[in-house]
Amino acid sequence: MIYLKLLLSFLKIGAFTFGGGYAMIVLIQEEVLRHGWLTNEELINFIAVSESTPGPLAANMATYVGMELAGIPGAACATLGVILPSFLIILAIAGIFEQFKRNRVVKGCMRGLKPAVIGFIGATVLSVGKTVFFGTNPSFAVFGEVQFYVSLLIFGLSLWLAFCKKHPILLICLAAGMGILCGYCFGF
Amino acid sequence: MEDKKRLIKILFLTFFKIGAFTFGGGLAMIPLIQREIAEKRKWITEDELLDMLVIAESTPGPVAINVATFVGYRVCGFWGALFATVGIVLPSFVVIVLISGILQAFEDSRVAQYAFFGIRAGVLALILRALFTMIQKSQRNAFSYALIFGAFLATGIFGVNVLLVMLACAVLGTGYTFFTARRMEK
Repeated sequence: MIYLKLLLSFLKIGAFTFGGGYAMIVLIQEEVLRHGWLTNEELINFIAVSESTPGPLAANMATYVGMELAGIPGAACATLGVILPSFLIILAIAGIFEQFKRNRVVKGCMRGLKPAVIGFIGATVLSVGKTVFFGTNPSFAVFGEVQFYVSLLIFGLSLWLAFCKKHPILLICLAAGMGILCGYCFGF
Repeated sequence: MEDKKRLIKILFLTFFKIGAFTFGGGLAMIPLIQREIAEKRKWITEDELLDMLVIAESTPGPVAINVATFVGYRVCGFWGALFATVGIVLPSFVVIVLISGILQAFEDSRVAQYAFFGIRAGVLALILRALFTMIQKSQRNAFSYALIFGAFLATGIFGVNVLLVMLACAVLGTGYTFFTARRMEK
């Protein structure tokens, strides 16, 4: 039952996502790789698409993964899964807003989770970097291939754009353009 | 009754608009939410919105969706919450379904392969930038740095289960909070 599996996987992801979309990538990665749903490369492509379309990254990723695996019903199950936990939790605490805000245990948990999420994003950088530069089977042979240096060039340029606070969509479009240009020039 | 139905319709449309016009994730939605919800409709005050953001940060799920659920509930109870949430998610849902169909058709073409080859390097830069911003905004103390580094090592190098790492960090954070609070009281 792919629908049920999608729903359950994204329920788990939705219930444990703190600190925005990027923090969630590590969880999504764990789930989709465990089920063999996507490759690392496909997942990174999805991040780019989710970043270039309106709406929160987390919900977009869920819709996209669901759609890719099982069409519109799959997309609906995955999206429902990712928003249901937060929907229910917000309904539950809407009445006890003030107590929740001042609760020492809640504060304490967040004090631990905020740094954890940053560590997760660090881990994501590592795994995405590995996929971008070394592909699926890492070896030293990549240093002799032109793809490695093209990736390095595009990454360097993108990094410069990102730190100049250029819009992510602009950055993604330029990276795509350079990929196409270099791809046809070097014919890899 | 008629009035409630009208209110729910406005809630739905307002959040649909917010969902349709914000690119780049939940935090990019906040200014639009502020303008639509607090300034124009006066459904909640600016202070309440700030409180709401704090809560949304300490509950799971995308921030923008949490805010939609909360505001909907405040204005019109359960049904308000439901329609506000559906409203904010629906635009991106439709867009992704359409785009995914288009991409599936072109996925295997050479142009798309090259484009995504470039895009993946770009995404790496975006994530690195997000990492940098979050480190800048984090608390600057040894406890926080130790957890960042510990969580990175555990998930990135040793491949420990993510939920396990989260649980450990939550427990450590709670312990640390109670410990420092007791020291302050003494």
